[in-house]
Amino acid sequence: MFIIPAMRSFWRTAGLDRPLLRDIALVALADGVVGASFGAIAVSGGQPTWVPLAMSPTVFAGGAQFAALYIVLGGGGLAAAVIAGLVLNARLLPFGFAVADVLDLRWPAKLLGSHLVLDESVAFALAQRDPARRRAAFLACGALIFVVWNIGTLLGALAGRAVGNPDALGLDAASPMVLLAVVLPTLRDPRARRAALLGAAIAVAGTPFLPGGLPVLLALLGLAAVGRPGAGGRIRPRAEGRA
Amino acid sequence: MTLLAILVLAGGTYGFRACGPVLHRRIELSGQVRWMLSVAATVLLCALVATSALTAGHGFAGWARPAGVLTGGVLAARRAPFIVAVIVAVAMTAVLRLLGVH
Repeated sequence: MFIIPAMRSFWRTAGLDRPLLRDIALVALADGVVGASFGAIAVSGGQPTWVPLAMSPTVFAGGAQFAALYIVLGGGGLAAAVIAGLVLNARLLPFGFAVADVLDLRWPAKLLGSHLVLDESVAFALAQRDPARRRAAFLACGALIFVVWNIGTLLGALAGRAVGNPDALGLDAASPMVLLAVVLPTLRDPRARRAALLGAAIAVAGTPFLPGGLPVLLALLGLAAVGRPGAGGRIRPRAEGRA
Repeated sequence: MTLLAILVLAGGTYGFRACGPVLHRRIELSGQVRWMLSVAATVLLCALVATSALTAGHGFAGWARPAGVLTGGVLAARRAPFIVAVIVAVAMTAVLRLLGVH
């Protein structure tokens, strides 16, 4: 177990302190429980064990995995399951652009790191001001969740029906709570806050009528509340004139 | 679920993820656009918070979950430790359900 102190000092030099690491670990733990329920629901629904074990490392997006699984278990077609999952994951496109500076690494690292673009890792990255801390928080959160998500899926798939209903434990409140706590600091900017509130209202209002995933994308209309372009561009200035 | 369906879903998802990082050096984004992108990410995350706190499927998720998330959110906004906010949110939701509030 010499590797643990070594990793700890690595993350510390990368700018991650103990409270931030603890927060990331807590988020990962909650995701591990969700991963376990994914594995258990898939197997107890009649899918072969390899299905959740193949989905969790390759798709690596909780919402899309559950949506695709439920459609298949409910007798919907494979095409519908894939499309629903892709619509849910379309939000990862703007997320990828938002953290592109964090992944400005050598090619193998860039391609591997792209797989770690998640709600949680993006939220943690956005909450950090310092670029080194942004990158460290993003990579630590993404990598830890990848490990825990897959271990959780494996344990859940093995336990099958034995895993009870996670809702009875209130665990369904953990994921929105975690994202809310992580996104709160970015809401101090009044223009971002206005856009976020309008977007959230649009998403909730659209949920009864639209297929899963679309309401969240529709929230981007909230960006209209940011107002006229030109006034807010100087918040994060950037050196101009690079080749 | 077939292996092909899983691979198509995984490949498309990876494509969404990798576009931004791969195109980062190819297209020069102005400070304005970069700022809008980070606001867009915040908007999407908040929409996820709102829909996952309030809705299940196409309907209302019941009172227990939003009550827990709201309580935890107030604690987090008042600078309570993150772990406390999350545990309070989860515990409150579980206790409300135990008491028959759904």
